Amino acid sequence: MNIRDKVAVIGAGCCKFGENYDMSAEDMIVTAAMEAYADARIEPSQIQAAWVGTLSSAMAGNALADPLKLFNIPITRVENYCASGMDAFRNACMAVAAGMYDVVLAFGFEKLRDSGQRGLGTFGNHPVVGYGTTAPSLFAMAANRYFNTFGIDKRALAKVAIKNHHNGTMSPKAHFQMEVTEEQVVNAPLICSPLGLFDCCPTTDGAAAAIICRADLAKSFRPDPLLVKGVGLAVTTGEPYLKPGFAYTGFPATAQAAQQAYEQAGMTVKDIDLVECHDCFTITEILNYEDLGLCKKGEGWKYVEEGRASIGGEIPVNPSGGLKSFGHPIGATGIRMIYEVAQHLWNKAGARQVKNAEVGLAHNLGGPGSIGCVTILANK
Amino acid sequence: MAGIVSYGTYIPTYRLPRDLIAKEWGTPSLGGERAIASFDEDSLTLAINASIDALGNRDPQTLSGVFFASTTSPYREKQAAVTVATVLDANPEVRTMDFTDTLRAGTSALLTALDLVQSGKNILVCSGDFRMGEPDSPQEQNYGDAGGALLVGTENVLAEVVGTYTISQEFLGTWRTEEQDYLKSFPGAFETKFGYNRFVAAAVQGVLKKCGLTAKEIANAAIAAPSQRILQAALRGLGLDVKSQVQDTFWNTIGDAGTAQPLVLLAAVLERAKPGDLILAVGYGDGGDAAVFRVTEAIAGFKAVRSVYSQIEVKRTLPSYGKYARFRKLMRKDYTTTDISTPVVLLRDKNEILPLHGGKCPQCGTIQFPIHRICIECGYSKGLEEVKLPRVGKLFTFTHDYLTETPDPPTTHAVIDLDGGGRVYVQLTDCERSASTTKGMV
Repeated sequence: MNIRDKVAVIGAGCCKFGENYDMSAEDMIVTAAMEAYADARIEPSQIQAAWVGTLSSAMAGNALADPLKLFNIPITRVENYCASGMDAFRNACMAVAAGMYDVVLAFGFEKLRDSGQRGLGTFGNHPVVGYGTTAPSLFAMAANRYFNTFGIDKRALAKVAIKNHHNGTMSPKAHFQMEVTEEQVVNAPLICSPLGLFDCCPTTDGAAAAIICRADLAKSFRPDPLLVKGVGLAVTTGEPYLKPGFAYTGFPATAQAAQQAYEQAGMTVKDIDLVECHDCFTITEILNYEDLGLCKKGEGWKYVEEGRASIGGEIPVNPSGGLKSFGHPIGATGIRMIYEVAQHLWNKAGARQVKNAEVGLAHNLGGPGSIGCVTILANK
Repeated sequence: MAGIVSYGTYIPTYRLPRDLIAKEWGTPSLGGERAIASFDEDSLTLAINASIDALGNRDPQTLSGVFFASTTSPYREKQAAVTVATVLDANPEVRTMDFTDTLRAGTSALLTALDLVQSGKNILVCSGDFRMGEPDSPQEQNYGDAGGALLVGTENVLAEVVGTYTISQEFLGTWRTEEQDYLKSFPGAFETKFGYNRFVAAAVQGVLKKCGLTAKEIANAAIAAPSQRILQAALRGLGLDVKSQVQDTFWNTIGDAGTAQPLVLLAAVLERAKPGDLILAVGYGDGGDAAVFRVTEAIAGFKAVRSVYSQIEVKRTLPSYGKYARFRKLMRKDYTTTDISTPVVLLRDKNEILPLHGGKCPQCGTIQFPIHRICIECGYSKGLEEVKLPRVGKLFTFTHDYLTETPDPPTTHAVIDLDGGGRVYVQLTDCERSASTTKGMV
């Protein structure tokens, strides 16, 4: 079975991302859901099932049912590391494609700033193996490996931060609206060498929603529904640092998920007009270019340097500002990407609008690059 | 004939100049520097590092005993020797014993091993000590951290025992009770005069008499001492020439390493010994222990994995007293992360954590860590073969992590490809934190 053209996105919503000290998870969830309901021109009572992605902000279907008072329907919490949001979307698509439901809600949120923690803290539930690991450390080791293999340094990474911060200035719901310079980026305090503060996405609160329905019913809600062309998910080793021979210069989960999505869509990278990808760290975006097939292995750093990933470039990447500028509330990010791609395909993205966008690709990455999730949406 | 088959020593990487300690408290500096165990080391790890070298490539099945000596065992109740035996992959039927609570424990363990070792078997004697001198006290400057290990056996001995001697004497000079965090010493010269000097004299004279030897016949002597100055004074009238016949105590470079000191000194003597040399080893505390060895031809073909002198030279100097205070938890600091080490995990994974065992796939041959149930490479599911992994490898990638909470930031995470196969993910200590280079990676 192929999911192509069986499912449509008819509405999307997103709250302001940031250090939302003045908003509870409930406030953010309700804000995002109300925007999505209005966008899809539906009433909450029309939602037949829901999936909610959150890494650790709440448990169970009640994470969504309670704030939205969405009772007596099936709601499933999805957790797949930082790809929890897009995997919630993927599960929702599968259920609609299977014919079980007509209209469903895919949701993602995370409330990180209510604790004083920087980032996601320290991982490891084993006293020795992997003890003391942090999220940036896992990607920093990929950066040093990439540097060692392709002979570049952190100035190449800075180009990603500069581009995504620039895009963020045109993205009102993004966490940051500020430009950064190369000197600022390379001289920032180290978080995990070689990654400095501006190589890392911020610690952000946020929520995002997408309303999905059967493609054949979509036009009864709005004249311009977006079609889901392909959805891929791949899980590879969650311990790349223990896998003999793992090269650490890319994430096979991304390549695998992209291949699944391209195949379902009957498309190649040449058909893609814009990409929202998982730039949790600047190095990750460079690796994503290569893993998604935007360029060859080892050339990702040139892709951004030559402006090919900028708005107006060959394939604009992260016009939203990406995780770097928009922020990365873990469970929310995958749905926020769907929201962003939808704004471009509906020509509603304002100053950052990618011109004549017809096909958009969204890529969510989880864990130490172990979970890859890719969605292709089109407005035709 | 019983004797010493092999030896190993471990001097931690860090040094604290005594001037820094003195400056902190506004007291006179005793000069020189002392060795400091890193924040993740203790008496047991110091001893284990020395023991791994002492055993070398020898078959751990030949071990009939593993003895650990320390005044600073990490546990009040729980044996440390068994941990050493586990790391070394000794047979579970090995006899393990801790020798504790006296400075003499290192030499007492050695003498006991010499008495007990049976033909064809080996007993590993190891010691690690990191005694806490009270902040702002002479002891804080005097003490140093180190580990030493001797493999005692009957075959291919580097030095065979000629005779041993012990004298036990009740004497209260330096002590620590249940309630005390730091060692107490009776002030003034009382302890030296009526304790140390008497014990060393009795031990040296006792063993020489028992062996029918004179002091002049001793080529080199490893005599433990609280300091070089006190040693010199104690040897007056014993017929041993400090300059030509007595091993330097390393007080200026390591400090007084407690129970480990006589083992480290004996290793240093053996490093420069010639066949036929008669060597003397002396430990003190609640009396004294002494042993005389005759160096054999085997010494010519032996090379220590790490020599004492090279470890003294390869060092990193702590920048401040504060760093030492963090290492030893002298200042209270609230950590947000909890201690997640659990006895249950240790029960299951002890072969991976302590002797560093990994798995080898019988089907595709891939060596992997930890010991997966299903091969990470080919999916073979009928179980991996448990293999001992080497402790040497090449750096594949790394990062200096400033987020992980640690007494010594940043934490360096590293992926190491082990020589001969297998990949481990570990934290590196004692390394240079130059953040920008990937030089040296494979």
